[in-house]
Amino acid sequence: MQHTTTIKAGGSEKDYWKDLWKNKQLLLILSKRDISVRYKQTLLGVAWSLLRPIMTMTVMVFVFSYVAKLKGDEGIPYPLMVLCGITIWTFFANTFSQISSSILINSNLVSKVYFPRLLMPLSSVAVGFVDFLITLGIFLVLTVFFHHPLSWNIIFLPAFLLLAFITSMGFGLFFAVLNVRFRDIGQLIPFIVQVGFYVCPIAYSSRLAQGTWYEKYYNLNPMVGIIDGFKWCLLGDKAYFNPNSVYSTAIISIVILILSLIYFRKKENTFVDHI
Amino acid sequence: MSVITAENISKKYIIDHKQKSSGPSTFRDIFSESFDKMFSSKKKSHSHFDEKEEFWALKDVNFTIDQGDRIGIVGHNGAGKSTLLKILSRITEPSTGQITIDGRVASLLEVGTGFHPELTGRENIYLNGAILGMAKSEIKQSFDAIVDFAGVEKFLDTPVKRYSSGMYVRLGFAIAAHLNPEILIVDEVLAVGDTEFQKKCLGKMRDVSESGRTLLFVSHNLTAIQALCNKSFYFEKGKLIDQGDTTHIVTNYLSKVSHKTLERHWDDINNAPGNDQVRIKSFRLLADYQDNLVHIDVRTPMNFQFEFWNMEEGANLNLSMHLYTFTGECIFNVGTTSQEFGKGLVTGTCEIPGHFLNDGSYVVSMMIVKDTSTVVYNMEEALIFDIEDYRENVTWYGKWPGYIRPKLNFSIRQTEHIVND
Repeated sequence: MQHTTTIKAGGSEKDYWKDLWKNKQLLLILSKRDISVRYKQTLLGVAWSLLRPIMTMTVMVFVFSYVAKLKGDEGIPYPLMVLCGITIWTFFANTFSQISSSILINSNLVSKVYFPRLLMPLSSVAVGFVDFLITLGIFLVLTVFFHHPLSWNIIFLPAFLLLAFITSMGFGLFFAVLNVRFRDIGQLIPFIVQVGFYVCPIAYSSRLAQGTWYEKYYNLNPMVGIIDGFKWCLLGDKAYFNPNSVYSTAIISIVILILSLIYFRKKENTFVDHI
Repeated sequence: MSVITAENISKKYIIDHKQKSSGPSTFRDIFSESFDKMFSSKKKSHSHFDEKEEFWALKDVNFTIDQGDRIGIVGHNGAGKSTLLKILSRITEPSTGQITIDGRVASLLEVGTGFHPELTGRENIYLNGAILGMAKSEIKQSFDAIVDFAGVEKFLDTPVKRYSSGMYVRLGFAIAAHLNPEILIVDEVLAVGDTEFQKKCLGKMRDVSESGRTLLFVSHNLTAIQALCNKSFYFEKGKLIDQGDTTHIVTNYLSKVSHKTLERHWDDINNAPGNDQVRIKSFRLLADYQDNLVHIDVRTPMNFQFEFWNMEEGANLNLSMHLYTFTGECIFNVGTTSQEFGKGLVTGTCEIPGHFLNDGSYVVSMMIVKDTSTVVYNMEEALIFDIEDYRENVTWYGKWPGYIRPKLNFSIRQTEHIVND
């Protein structure tokens, strides 16, 4: 026979990654499902993806620029900096929350069919990615409006996007497993996202943290390097960016991803017992 | 050649008696538990420990299944049948043991798994097909056949949330029916859907088995198992207690599972139920078993014998027997004529012919009535018996409707020929 399966306790079989690859069509279909379901039966449909970042940006600009008188980096329009931060942060926050709840949301599948469970967090990223593209589009339109030229730095954008994806997977997978076991994780996630919003350089520049006593702790947050790098890609060299932070960011997020993957793989075969 | 080999399969669950529902818990529970442990005496924390109990859903199960075998799996609810299917489908993993499977497995544990209510029928066919493990090209190839089988052409672009439950189930099964696995695992899907659907289901499963593929089938419908499966496994409390030829297993299962009470008797008049006027001696059901069987089926004539001691000289007594379904609906009440009896033993008999009651579980009560109006003694739920299904020359295995299934003079004949000229 061409296809032999062995099932045993703690059975992390060698074929797992091959299996995952074989199921790429299912990944595609699950992603398509999430995207088409998202905007069915909503009044404004796809317009929501446009409205949300624009409204967030407007409020942020008003509060931080006009009320709190925060300054961004020299030579960069404040609204652009905020929108740039929102773009990558929203991608991270959306994928992170989607991944964290992906197993629970698909619990009907988990309890009735087998496929590599990693497909569910992977497919849940699709919606966040589409939203990201839309926000990025808005950003590009606004650069024209503010007469802010794009630089060649933009070719590094996919690298930072990938890092953001790795980080969201790393944190998301861990919480996805916990979420199956402890339902209150679901309530913790919006809180983490909210705190993260202020801890990361979205409404301000990392330049402000330079030389302070908390700088080294600040830089431990992998999203700091990613957001700074992302701003540098889109806003040009005037945006604050410490290229050395890329290494620590990459190492931290990859280590987190690997640990989460090991944890996820260890627990995935018993998800159904807790759902 | 064996396609599935299972060695020492066990599955353990931890039941937490403290919680109302097992499974999901919150951090709060863990915090409060560890808090309790920290500050309570040793004795108390020990009792916490006791509240967690191990439960073996499956215990040391071994079997081999050969290619082309059609295995029926029987057993009570909670015997471990569904757990076994879940392990074989890789939905959950065993706590110990190992299973080797040769060939592509498709499991049908539910009809329409993963259907999304907001998506249209067309979208759901692709979604569900992919979830069940079909390649996109396979789905495309069978798309028309699926739509045709389900009969939903008109509603292909309607969200399935607007489907009737019948359409929903039909579409779900139609997709599953076009799977082409080497090993097909089916759980109790016959329990849903109308009779038309059940017929299609069973027909399709017979096709699978006839084409030399391997089938594992869990059902409470023993008739369907007997019709489809050549071998059967009998599970009880997580253990595989018997396996072999289906007829043998089903007979064995029937003789063990029913909670039937076919006979009750009291030899000592002083301990017998009753009162100052009457005491019950015995009540038994004598079945005239057919075909050397040891269970009652719809053909079996039954004879009820009831004996009691009458302790009042010259009492005017009659018997009244009620027959109820297991769920409590009264099917009939029959009575004897009233008659004068002296002190001593009185015997009543009642016959229920074969080909009268439908299959199911029944409960009998016997009443002793004085002067045709006063109940002297009512023996409630005195006997319990099961009638199994039996059919000849039919290809339909759905639940036969009705409480009774009488054999009436009912015939058809051709009364006119139309001659084409």
